Amino acid sequence: MKYVIIGNGVAAIGAVEGIRQTDRQNPITIIAAEPYATYGRPLIANLLRGKIHEADLAYRPETFYRDNKVTLLLGRTAEKIDVAARRALLEDGGKVPYDKLLIATGGKPFIPPIQGKDGPDVYTFTTLDDAGKLDALVGKIKQIVLIGGGLIGLKAAESLNDRGLKVTVVELADRILSTAFDQTAGNIIGNRLAEAGIEVITENSVKEIVRKNDRVKGIKLNDGQKRSCEAVVIAIGVIPDKDIVKGTGIATNRGIVVNDYLETSVAGIYAAGDVAEALDLLSGERRVVPIWPNAYTQGQYAGRNMAGARMAYKGGLPMNSIEFYGIPTMSMGMANPAGAGYEVITRLSPEKNVYRKLVLRDGILVGAMLIGEVERAGILTGLIRNRVKVSSFKEELMKDTLSLSSLPGEIRAERLSK
Amino acid sequence: MKKVYAREDVCIGCRLCEIACIVEHSISKDIIRAFKQEEKRPARNVVEECGPVSFSVHCRHCDEPPCVQVCISGAMVKDPRTGRVRNIPEKCVGCWSCVMACPYGVIKRDTNQGKVIKCDLCPDRDLPACVSACPNEALLYEER
Repeated sequence: MKYVIIGNGVAAIGAVEGIRQTDRQNPITIIAAEPYATYGRPLIANLLRGKIHEADLAYRPETFYRDNKVTLLLGRTAEKIDVAARRALLEDGGKVPYDKLLIATGGKPFIPPIQGKDGPDVYTFTTLDDAGKLDALVGKIKQIVLIGGGLIGLKAAESLNDRGLKVTVVELADRILSTAFDQTAGNIIGNRLAEAGIEVITENSVKEIVRKNDRVKGIKLNDGQKRSCEAVVIAIGVIPDKDIVKGTGIATNRGIVVNDYLETSVAGIYAAGDVAEALDLLSGERRVVPIWPNAYTQGQYAGRNMAGARMAYKGGLPMNSIEFYGIPTMSMGMANPAGAGYEVITRLSPEKNVYRKLVLRDGILVGAMLIGEVERAGILTGLIRNRVKVSSFKEELMKDTLSLSSLPGEIRAERLSK
Repeated sequence: MKKVYAREDVCIGCRLCEIACIVEHSISKDIIRAFKQEEKRPARNVVEECGPVSFSVHCRHCDEPPCVQVCISGAMVKDPRTGRVRNIPEKCVGCWSCVMACPYGVIKRDTNQGKVIKCDLCPDRDLPACVSACPNEALLYEER
């Protein structure tokens, strides 16, 4: 039995750990285009900010690969899959045979068709090399524009602002952090970023990246406004990097479609992480939800199933935790529900940068958003995951003193007996 | 594996477990120095009170720890040999993902350090400090 994993993201680590729970012997090969073993990808923002060093990025110790009998083929791009011959074909002509294959190629930056996007001085921010390129700009340029006011874009903005650049963020939606947060939360964070010196422009978009002699000189916005800058970072989000399945017959939709065992439509080939369209816990549908916890857990379940332990993935729960200039922010589940039928409870103390929001459906907690005050937030996450009816004690959950003692005796006793 | 279990029927809410935890994880391991001279860190357990009921909550060192699954830096690890879940402070970046994920609410933020802090079952001791300190046997360290 030969296991092959394509990709060096956290789904690959989950898969190795999942395989090794059942199969301690058979060899695992990881093929990755990036020349690095798995690193804490979100940490590239911390690195760019100067808070950590490159040596701190490794997600597992060096011994991990040896101890788990993993061969690393790094800096080598898997280009195609020969399904009939069960081989991964590399760009450099290499052929890697497999019995079970995991596609964990992750996401690639989404680049909209903006005039002037092609050429020097336009960057993305999803890899360690991207962080290196932006780091090299520090001290050389003065002004930079970030397209995209989501988690990645804002973390990059924070880092570059701290490194002395004049930063402008342009977001198409009516607020920053629009995917996982609401207007109130977006305002709190937006104000904090503005205080720190970052210009945040919402409900607008970059119509053109203006160049002179090929070099970036500025941007033009849809409403006619202009900003001068010497570089642009496109950080709108990621889309599944599924090019490798072309011609294989593996079913895709937005991402690579997988069943409850993370297996694709072709037997023996699995997919996990940002490239996969896997079960979503709350909706019961298959969705691409490119977040770290889902990638690890899907990798883990894929690994277990590749090794023959038939275990169904329970579904991912969207969640994000991130801190902006000292304000912790969290969003779990359906924190920003669309449509009717939801009960929304909120508490806001703008002077303290504190906001708390719970979302219930039929009395069951389905989402939560916490800004500023995040202690014991996981108790809420647990209630969402277990679909607990909270209507009789919802007021307790709105307090910052939330604890297991806020829960009814029987739930608490069950938790404490674990 | 052995874990710390709380008995809410006999907990008197004295919080000596928290004091013992802070002292055990201090530099000096001396109560006076720990409280007077050292930077005080939070206790790694949580004593909860609700009317007449009180109990101490400790990391459950889960079989499938959500805190490990969500950790973005690799700081939170489950030792496959001992089963213990621990946080490597040098690797923690203070993103608080584990705080968001732990259904028991037992991972605390140490905002002075910008890192999380959690129960490590006192690796230097046979019996965790909180269990030793409990005057009413409300904390048990056992395998179930």
